[in-house]
Amino acid sequence: MSEPSKSPDWLKPTPRGLYCEAGDFYVDPVYPVERAVITHGHSDHARAGHGAVLATPETLAIMRQRFGENAGGSHQPLAYGEAISLGGVDVKLVPAGHILGSAQAVLDYRGSRIVVSGDYKRRADLTCPPFEPQPCDVFITEATFGLPVFRHPPDTEEIDKLLHSLKLFPERAHLVGTYALGKCQRVITLLRRQGYEEPIYLHGALQACCKTYQDFGVELGALLPVLGTTKDELRGKIVLAPPSAATEPWARRLPDALVAQASGWMRVRQRARQRGVELPLVISDHADWDELLATIDEVKPGEIWITHGAEEALLRQAGLMGYRARALSLVGFEEED
Amino acid sequence: MKRFAPLLDALVFMPSRLGKLRLLREYFATTPDPDRGWALAALTGELSFSGVKSTQIRKLVQDRVDPQLFELSYDFVGDLAETVALIWPQKPGANYQPTLSDVVDGMASATRANAAALITGWLDALDATERWALLKLATGALRVGVSARLAKTALAEWSNVPIEQIEGIWHGLQPPYADLFAWLEGRAPQPERGNLPTFTPLMLAQPLEDEDIPKLDPAAYRAEWKWDGIRVQLVGRGGERRLYSRSGDDLGAAFPDLLAALHDDVVLDGELLVMRDGDIAPFNDLQQRLNRKTATPKLITDYPAWVRLYDILEEKGEDLRGLSFDERRGRLDRWYQAAPRPQMDLSPLLPFGSWDELSQMRDGARERSIEGLMLKRGDSTYVTGRPKGPWFKWKRDALTVDTVLMYAQRGHGKRSSFYSDYTFGVWRDQELVPVGKAYFGFTDEELRQLDKWIRDHTVDRFGPVRSVAPLLVLEVAFDSINRSTRHKSGLAMRFPRIHRIRWDKPAAEADQLPTLEKLVS
Ligand SMILES: [Zn+2]
Ligand SMILES: [Zn+2]
Repeated sequence: MSEPSKSPDWLKPTPRGLYCEAGDFYVDPVYPVERAVITHGHSDHARAGHGAVLATPETLAIMRQRFGENAGGSHQPLAYGEAISLGGVDVKLVPAGHILGSAQAVLDYRGSRIVVSGDYKRRADLTCPPFEPQPCDVFITEATFGLPVFRHPPDTEEIDKLLHSLKLFPERAHLVGTYALGKCQRVITLLRRQGYEEPIYLHGALQACCKTYQDFGVELGALLPVLGTTKDELRGKIVLAPPSAATEPWARRLPDALVAQASGWMRVRQRARQRGVELPLVISDHADWDELLATIDEVKPGEIWITHGAEEALLRQAGLMGYRARALSLVGFEEED
Repeated sequence: MKRFAPLLDALVFMPSRLGKLRLLREYFATTPDPDRGWALAALTGELSFSGVKSTQIRKLVQDRVDPQLFELSYDFVGDLAETVALIWPQKPGANYQPTLSDVVDGMASATRANAAALITGWLDALDATERWALLKLATGALRVGVSARLAKTALAEWSNVPIEQIEGIWHGLQPPYADLFAWLEGRAPQPERGNLPTFTPLMLAQPLEDEDIPKLDPAAYRAEWKWDGIRVQLVGRGGERRLYSRSGDDLGAAFPDLLAALHDDVVLDGELLVMRDGDIAPFNDLQQRLNRKTATPKLITDYPAWVRLYDILEEKGEDLRGLSFDERRGRLDRWYQAAPRPQMDLSPLLPFGSWDELSQMRDGARERSIEGLMLKRGDSTYVTGRPKGPWFKWKRDALTVDTVLMYAQRGHGKRSSFYSDYTFGVWRDQELVPVGKAYFGFTDEELRQLDKWIRDHTVDRFGPVRSVAPLLVLEVAFDSINRSTRHKSGLAMRFPRIHRIRWDKPAAEADQLPTLEKLVS
């Protein structure tokens, strides 16, 4: 590790994303580039149309499933823990605990280390290996839930709420809004772990991602498409769909749908109510406030760079904890959950 | 707070009445005394402690959290109690989690000086949802969309005891209602009413259908006007006085003038009105008083309250409900004549010979204060509930106008994928001015058609609202129309509903504003 007083300058925020000049590659660029290192498959990190793409085999598979032909000129898989040298920069991918295949990019160059953590969380997830803290000079972190009001409750409590509601309203289909990649499969595995063995019904937009997870050996149990079922079949059943589906005509095929949504944003009642959610489930794939702080304390970086989310509060907190921190204000990152 | 907090949380999000009832029933069935009783009191507004102010809560959190982080969070969340509940730092070791009873007892005996310390201790021991419920309770801001009536309905459904029986003793009960729950669970007899000024559940009327009329003997029925106020019950008993709404809500605080006018031991049934120089004021005026929790002297002078009496249920401790309507009416007349009765009069009986004659009287009455007729069998006793036969209401036909659909908003719950709330307008010269909003009166099939039409004709959208091209005519029915400063058109409808969708009618032929103004009487 180098002296913390001198801040490494070989990775720079640019309008296209984080750029490493020595290795001539971008990390999670928002526009098509020659060479990209991708942390994970979410669409604000993994975009179509790059030249050479370096990522975990799982992330590459997700990109092929989502973008088909357009998933990139060439794909170079790099398994967790393996290292590769790009123009003198050592690149290693280590688990980030966010979704299947999600990785932190650990970059070493001339004695200093920068970790681009991508999106991450610290609690257990049956669909991917846990986050591995890496000591470093610069820790680049997200701050999606970078406000002290975001403390996600235990997942089991939220799943219990859903299972309890099924008992209380057995004549209603329980429509759970989830993002297609990550959240959907996470909710399924959480339900299975809590002993829910009924078939789970899927909106068409979620099926392909589930298949990719199953291909990588993630057990999801019995999944059925909503398409072709009768209303009566769906009574008292769990139906997963993209969050927007609840307000679309599609939802009318469900018997008296009870609208749930699985998202970290559900912590704030006003947000849940605005979206017409009757059963908010606070289940997130992002670190909450406590996890962000614990991670910083474990990694003990010389410096913290914040990519996207609630930067202001995390900057303030990093200062209170005695860390040097800056906001990169990268563009192109959507509000995920 | 372990059960109460999730109940409140679920109620906040549950839009449907049926869903709320089910949550409440489950809570009453699975929560022990006295917590469920305190919850019932909290939901029905029967809990009384002085509470804390939100400025005090703000001070508490500032001792625990960096002010800048708090401000950023408060900006994001928007609600103080919720921000504090979410941001409150966990304190390991504070592990005695207070029950709802602990909180209620604690707050009741707290002084201004120690309330803050008490709340701090509880916040340390509770989780985020429980902290939120605690703060809502302590600041007296428990708005979860549950009326006292709904809570009582849930008790009735859960216990299979008719709601009228519960309402009949309700006002003699005290939180946490151990005797009530014991009775509802069949472990004890019905609690005694005693000499308390409780509510007597009302006898209600059935709507009169045209095909019923020939079967009825006109000589057996008495007729009165159906007044456009609200039904109330005035109770004097054991020196105490009460004014109740038709569902047994205590309205007394808003009408101290009426209570002061009652001196007898008596239970009276009548219509609450605002009366000026012998004329009934528009319903809107009554609304001015109903909307307030209390009444200022100015409000009392500007909106003088009046009760038009039509029945007597009890006099000097004697229950009159077993007497016939004719006998009760005689008793009511005698009671009324026996002494001056300020702010009260009798609803006159209307002599008639045949249904045709009565029907003409009904159609001829266009005063805004009259909604139609009431028919009561002369030999009928006073029976709680809505028996078919003894009492009928015979409303005059609704008024209708042709309006143009202007905006549509997405519904809630079952209807969240449908545009089901409609704002409609009429023409003022070349411009449409909104005159009302309706969200019922159509069939499920019509809802589907309307929804599709709206999606196809959207010209603008803001949040859950779409503005549509001014092309679709909706025939809207309503009971009456009043002047209102709240609406751009200067008019407000009572009970507007979609009567017919006029797919056939060109929008230019919808009604003009002056047509509506003529209907204001
Ligand atoms: Zn992500
Ligand atoms: Zn992201």
